Amino acid sequence: MSSIPVAPQINTDPPQPTRNYLNTEHTIKSWLLTGDHKRIAVLYLISISIFFFLGSLAAGFIRLELTSPRGVLLESETYNKMFSAHGIIMIFFFLIPAIPAVLGNFLIPIMIGARDLAFPRLNLLSWYLYLIGGVLFLIALMMGGVDAGWTFYTPLSSIYSTGQITIALVGLFITGFSSIATGINFIATIHKMRAPGMTWDRLPLFVWAHYATSIVIILGTPVVAITLLLVVFERVFKIGVFSPELGGDPVLFQHMFWFYSHPAVYIMILPGMGVISELFAAFSQKRVFGYHFVAFSSLAIAALGFIVWGHHMFVSSQSMYQGIVFSFLSFLVAIPSAVKVFNWAATLYKGHIKLKAPMFFALSFIGLFLIGGLTGLYFAAVATDVHLTGTYFVVAHFHYVMVGGAITAFLGGIHYWWPKMFGKMYPESWAKLSALLVFVGFNVTFLPQFVLGFLGMPRRYHYYYFQGGDMQFYNILSTAGSTVLAIGFLLPAFYLTWSLKYGKDAGPNPWGAVGLEWQKVGSPPTTYNFEEMPVVTWEAYDYQAVREGTLELNSTAHHHESYIGQPEKEEKV
Amino acid sequence: MWNFPVAPPKASTYAAPHDYLFYAITALTVFFTVVVFAVVIFFAIKYREGSKASREGASDENLRVEIMWSVPPLFLAFLIFAWSTKLYVDWRKPPDNAMEVFVIGKQWMWHVQHANGVRENNELHLPAGVPIRVTMISQDVIHAFYIPAFRSQYHVVPGRYTVQYFTPTTPGRYPLYCTMHCGTQHSEMGGYVTVLSKDEFAKWLERGGEEQAPVTKTMAQRGAELFKDKNCGSCHGPADTVQGPSLNGIYGTARKMTDGSAPIADQEYLREAIIDPYRRLNQGYRDTMPGDYRQVFTEEELLDVIEYTKSPGATKTPEVQVATNSGASSR
Repeated sequence: MSSIPVAPQINTDPPQPTRNYLNTEHTIKSWLLTGDHKRIAVLYLISISIFFFLGSLAAGFIRLELTSPRGVLLESETYNKMFSAHGIIMIFFFLIPAIPAVLGNFLIPIMIGARDLAFPRLNLLSWYLYLIGGVLFLIALMMGGVDAGWTFYTPLSSIYSTGQITIALVGLFITGFSSIATGINFIATIHKMRAPGMTWDRLPLFVWAHYATSIVIILGTPVVAITLLLVVFERVFKIGVFSPELGGDPVLFQHMFWFYSHPAVYIMILPGMGVISELFAAFSQKRVFGYHFVAFSSLAIAALGFIVWGHHMFVSSQSMYQGIVFSFLSFLVAIPSAVKVFNWAATLYKGHIKLKAPMFFALSFIGLFLIGGLTGLYFAAVATDVHLTGTYFVVAHFHYVMVGGAITAFLGGIHYWWPKMFGKMYPESWAKLSALLVFVGFNVTFLPQFVLGFLGMPRRYHYYYFQGGDMQFYNILSTAGSTVLAIGFLLPAFYLTWSLKYGKDAGPNPWGAVGLEWQKVGSPPTTYNFEEMPVVTWEAYDYQAVREGTLELNSTAHHHESYIGQPEKEEKV
Repeated sequence: MWNFPVAPPKASTYAAPHDYLFYAITALTVFFTVVVFAVVIFFAIKYREGSKASREGASDENLRVEIMWSVPPLFLAFLIFAWSTKLYVDWRKPPDNAMEVFVIGKQWMWHVQHANGVRENNELHLPAGVPIRVTMISQDVIHAFYIPAFRSQYHVVPGRYTVQYFTPTTPGRYPLYCTMHCGTQHSEMGGYVTVLSKDEFAKWLERGGEEQAPVTKTMAQRGAELFKDKNCGSCHGPADTVQGPSLNGIYGTARKMTDGSAPIADQEYLREAIIDPYRRLNQGYRDTMPGDYRQVFTEEELLDVIEYTKSPGATKTPEVQVATNSGASSR
C-alpha cells in the first residue's frame, strides 16, 4: 500500500510530508500487528473488497440463470448455494462492516480530534475475528456450500439441509464478535476521547450516525449470535429448540433472527446516512440543515428499529393483533427517515454546490433511497405485505435500500475521503462515469423486479416456468441492467488503484471542507493524526464562518499550503 | 418472452381491494420520489458553485419547517395504516359457511384433500363464489402457500396448523407457488389453482376429481377406518373410560387440563393430544396413552382422524364401512 515516496518528475505540487501512517514502516508485520486505526481501516478495505467481489460473482451467476425460465448452467442445488452465498457474503462480510470498519475506523478518531480509537488492540482483534469468520465461511463454501439462504430459517437449516451449515454458522458467530468489538470501541471513543471543544453538539453527523449504529450493534448482535449457535446445537447435538420433531418451535427462530436482522438493516444504512450528511455539507459548502433533527433521527431510527421485527412475520402464523401492532410501529420508522431526506434536500437550498464525483454518488443516493424507503410502505402495510412478501418485490425493495442506499453511500464516501486516506486524487471524470453507470445500471436491474414481484414471482426461484413466458422479459431486462451495474462497480477498483501510483497529490483539503480531518491533519495523516491536540472552537460544518473569514480552513502546521481552489479542470487519464 | 403483463389476474374477492391499496401506495411512492428528487436536482443546478442565484437569507435550522414536513407524512402513514389494517382484518376474519380444504406441504409438493375424500397433488380445484378455509400444515420444513391471483399467501409450518381464507371469483387457471425457501427443488414446488363455476365444481367433485374411479370414502370415513385399525376405540369409546376421555362429540368442547389451561378442542388441540399426549393431560387422566403416534400417523391421516372426531356420532359407529380399495384414494 505504501505509495510513497512519490513519483517525481512533473509533479509541481509542494512535496509530501515525509512521514505518514502509510510509510512509517513497510514490513508486513507492521501491518498485521498494527494498532493504528487507519491501517486497520485499510486492512478492512482490502478484505471487504475481496468479499464484495465474491458476492458479486455469485449475483452474476444468479442473473445468468434467470435469463431463462428453466435455468442456463446450474443445477437447482447449486443455484440455491449461489443465492445463499450472495446474501451471506454481501450482508455479513460486506455491508455490515463496509462503512463502519473502513470509513468509521479511519475517520471517527480524526473527526473528534483523537489519536486513535479507545482500544487499538481490540480494533485489531476485530479485524482478525472478521477474517477468521470469513475464512471459515469460505471453507464452508469449498466443502460444498450452504443452501439455506442467508436467513437460515429452521427447521430447514437445523435439520433438513445437507449443506455445510455448521461451519458457516460458526463463522458468522465469530464475525458477529468482530462487529461487537467495533461497536464497543466506537462508543467508548466517542464518549471519552473527544478533543477539547468537540461537544456533542459539534460532532459531525457521520459520528452521530456511527454512535447510533454502534448501539444497535452491541444490543442486537449478541442475540443473533446466540440464535445461530442454537441452530448449531440443534443440528449437531439434536437439542430441540426450533424443530417441532425435537419439541421445538420453528417460528421462535424467526423472532430471534429478525430481532437482530431488522436492526441490522439500520446497521447497514445508518452509517451510509452519516456519509451522505458529510457529502451534502461539504459539497454544498453549507451547514447540514436541521443538524439536531438529522442527528436525533439516527437515534430514533436505531430505537424504533428494535421494535418492528414482526413485520417480517405477518404471514408466519403470528397472531392478527401482533400483526397490527408491528404494522403500526413500522409506519413510524418512515418519519425519521423522511426527516433526514427532507433536511438533506434543504441543505442544498441556497448552497454553493460543487458537482464533484462524490456529490454525484450522494445525489444518486437520494433518488435510490427514496424509492427504497417508500417501497417499505408496502411491507409495513399488512394488507399488501400478504401479497408481496416472499416475492421479487421484497428483493427489489431491500436492494434499493442496501445497494442504492448503503453501497452508493459507501462509494460516495470512498471517493470523498480517498484523497485523505491515500493522499492522491483519482481521475474525476472516470469517477463521475462510475456514479452514472451505477445509477442507471442499478435502476435497470431492480425496477423490473418490482413488476416481477407484483406479478407474483417468488424470490429464490431457480425456475419460473409455471407462469409461462410472462416473466422472462423482465428477468432479461434485469440481467442486462446488472451487467451495466457490474461495470460501474468495477471501474473504481481500477482508477482508484491507478491513482495510488499515478494520481495527483491531493493536499490536505482538496474539497475545501470543514472538519478536523480536512483542517488539522495532512493527507495521508501521520500515525497519531495530530501534531498537537486540536481545540475546537467552531460549530460543525461552519462554512458561514469560512466565508466570513473567521474560520481558517487549513491550518496544518507541518506542511504545505492548503489546496483549496483545486483546479477545476479534470485530470486526463 | 415478448409478453410483459404489468399486473397479475384478479381472481378473488380480496384482489380488487388489495390492488386499490397497492396503487395508492404506488402513487405515493412515485409522487414523493419524483418531487423530492426533482427538487434536489433543481437545487443542485440552481445553486451550483458560481451561479448567480441569490443566497440571501440562507438558514440551517428551523423548527417550524421541520414540523411542517414531518406531520403530513405522519398523517399519510396513519391513513395507509388504517386502510391496510381494515383490509387485513377482513382477510383474516373467518368467513361464514366456508368450504374446508386441507393442504399438506412437503418437500417438494403440495398435497390437497377435500372433505369428501378427493385428493390432489400440486393442483387445487375450487368453486367460484364460495368462501374457502384452507387448513395447512407442513410435514417437514416451512413452506408458504401463495396464489398471486388471489393476492394471498400464508406460511405452512411444521407442527402446527395455519389457516388462510379466500373467496375465488373468476373461473380460470392460476399459478400456485411455494414462497418460502424449502430446499433443493423449492422453485418446482408449485402448480395450478383451477377455479370452476359452482356447478362444474360439484360435478368435478362428484366424479372424484381427476380420477377415473369414483371416490368412495370421505376424509371422515377414512378417519373412522384409522380409528378402528389403530384400536383407538378401546380407550376412547362412546363414553369416557378410566384410560381416556371419549372422543364422541369432543370437537369444540372446552377441556380442563392438569396444568390449569382450558383449551377448546379444535384441530390444533386434537393434533397435539394425539401425537404429544403428555404435554398436558386432561384432568382425571394419567399418562397411559401407549405408543408414539407421531410415528403412527402421517399428517394426512391426522387430518382424517380429526375430521372423524368432528362428525356426529363418532366412535359410536358400530361398523366402519369397509370400502373396496378402488383407485379412489389416488396418487
